[in-house]
Amino acid sequence: MYNWDFNILWSYRWLLFEGTLVTIALTASIVVLGLLMGLIAGLAQISRFAFLRWVSWAYIELFRCTPLLVQLLWFYYALPILTGIEMSAITAAVLTLSLYGGSFYAEVIRGGIVTIDAGQREAGLALGLTPARVMRRIILPQAIKQMIPPLMNQSIIQFKNTSLVSVLAVPDLLYQGQSAATETYRPLEVYTVIAIIYFVVLVPLTAIVKKSEKALRESD
Amino acid sequence: MIAENYKIEISSLKKQFGDLVVLRDINLKIAPGAVIALIGPSGSGKSTLLRCMNLLVIPDDGSIRIGNDAFKFGHGTSLPSAREQARFRRGAGMVFQHFNLFPHMTVLQNVMEGPVSAKNMPKAEAAVLARKLLAKVGLVDKADVYPQRLSGGQKQRVAIARALAMEPEVMLFDEVTSALDPELVSEVLSVMRDLAAEGMTMIIVTHEIAFAREVADIVVFMRDGVIVEEGPAREVIDTPKQEGTRSFLRHFHTRS
Repeated sequence: MYNWDFNILWSYRWLLFEGTLVTIALTASIVVLGLLMGLIAGLAQISRFAFLRWVSWAYIELFRCTPLLVQLLWFYYALPILTGIEMSAITAAVLTLSLYGGSFYAEVIRGGIVTIDAGQREAGLALGLTPARVMRRIILPQAIKQMIPPLMNQSIIQFKNTSLVSVLAVPDLLYQGQSAATETYRPLEVYTVIAIIYFVVLVPLTAIVKKSEKALRESD
Repeated sequence: MIAENYKIEISSLKKQFGDLVVLRDINLKIAPGAVIALIGPSGSGKSTLLRCMNLLVIPDDGSIRIGNDAFKFGHGTSLPSAREQARFRRGAGMVFQHFNLFPHMTVLQNVMEGPVSAKNMPKAEAAVLARKLLAKVGLVDKADVYPQRLSGGQKQRVAIARALAMEPEVMLFDEVTSALDPELVSEVLSVMRDLAAEGMTMIIVTHEIAFAREVADIVVFMRDGVIVEEGPAREVIDTPKQEGTRSFLRHFHTRS
């Protein structure tokens, strides 16, 4: 029987705390940037212009259909060789995760918009609003209600995806855990604690998603 | 060119969806203050014609003028830009069969939306205008409720107020009573009757033949994308000249 010893981790508490903060900050930035990418790509998907539809389709499928880990490595190692643009690990991580998240958000946003009855758009246009105003004033406020639960779900997945950036030596929770594990020779304790930290942060968030899904059902 | 005395002028208008020709060659002139009832069997193109008048459907060919604003369609012309289309639509208020009120806005906000978002009218001013129009359709006490709480007839009256808020030159009505319970039809028709009496130019796509006969000046009967017969409302409805009109109207006479 394995002899658990969590005491040894106490001296690593600030390291793990810092790692947790980096993970949370990273998630916050990739959610915001990803939503922006997703909104642009989602709107481009329903654009009148075939070119925009094609570009956003290519972007979405490229990022949805390749593994995130491969994307991270590619942006960090391959892109600088091809283009000469050097990026810090954190920049590469934010960029890749935002683009990856954006490809999933885009589908949610497109889906939310197309479920709004065509009559709403017509009524807005008939009043003399420009198509952009109709989108902002009439369609999006209604569509966002539908989108919130799936967008939050995707953001929870993004929170967990940040753990992959440890391969680029970004000092997130998992990376700090790895260094603690190497120093203490206590990987079981370390990875158990790390799993618990992810879990503790995410459980309240999933509860909020459940609640918002319920609120959405009741409002219909 | 001498400005002719018509409010609306439609010439050689054509529209097809894929292989289906919906409007073949429509010519129509409408005097200011006239009330036109567009009648005809479903699939006759009457709703498409109405929707062409505010560019919800873009015609393939021909031209439309409403007031001083005119567009030509077909070869040699470029599609009007989104901004030009929006400006054109401000001249034509539209009321839909299924109301299409904005569910995320109160009744008052629904009526304010056009002036505020399309004309950049200050909110306070738009609210005054909206309350005045809600009073006109008898719903000022519902200003702060959401559309879900209204009956169909009330919704449609709000939709009329919303369209009027843009102070349009003409009002377009697309089967506005077809989705209503029978007992709610008369309150909507009565609002429309008042509008007609005030001299609003109105084009009404309807199946309410008795209402068309009573309120409209001109009845236009359409079938298969062409105007089969047009003339003074009572004449067309009581003594139609064309066999097509007669057989269509027979369904209604036997019912009422």
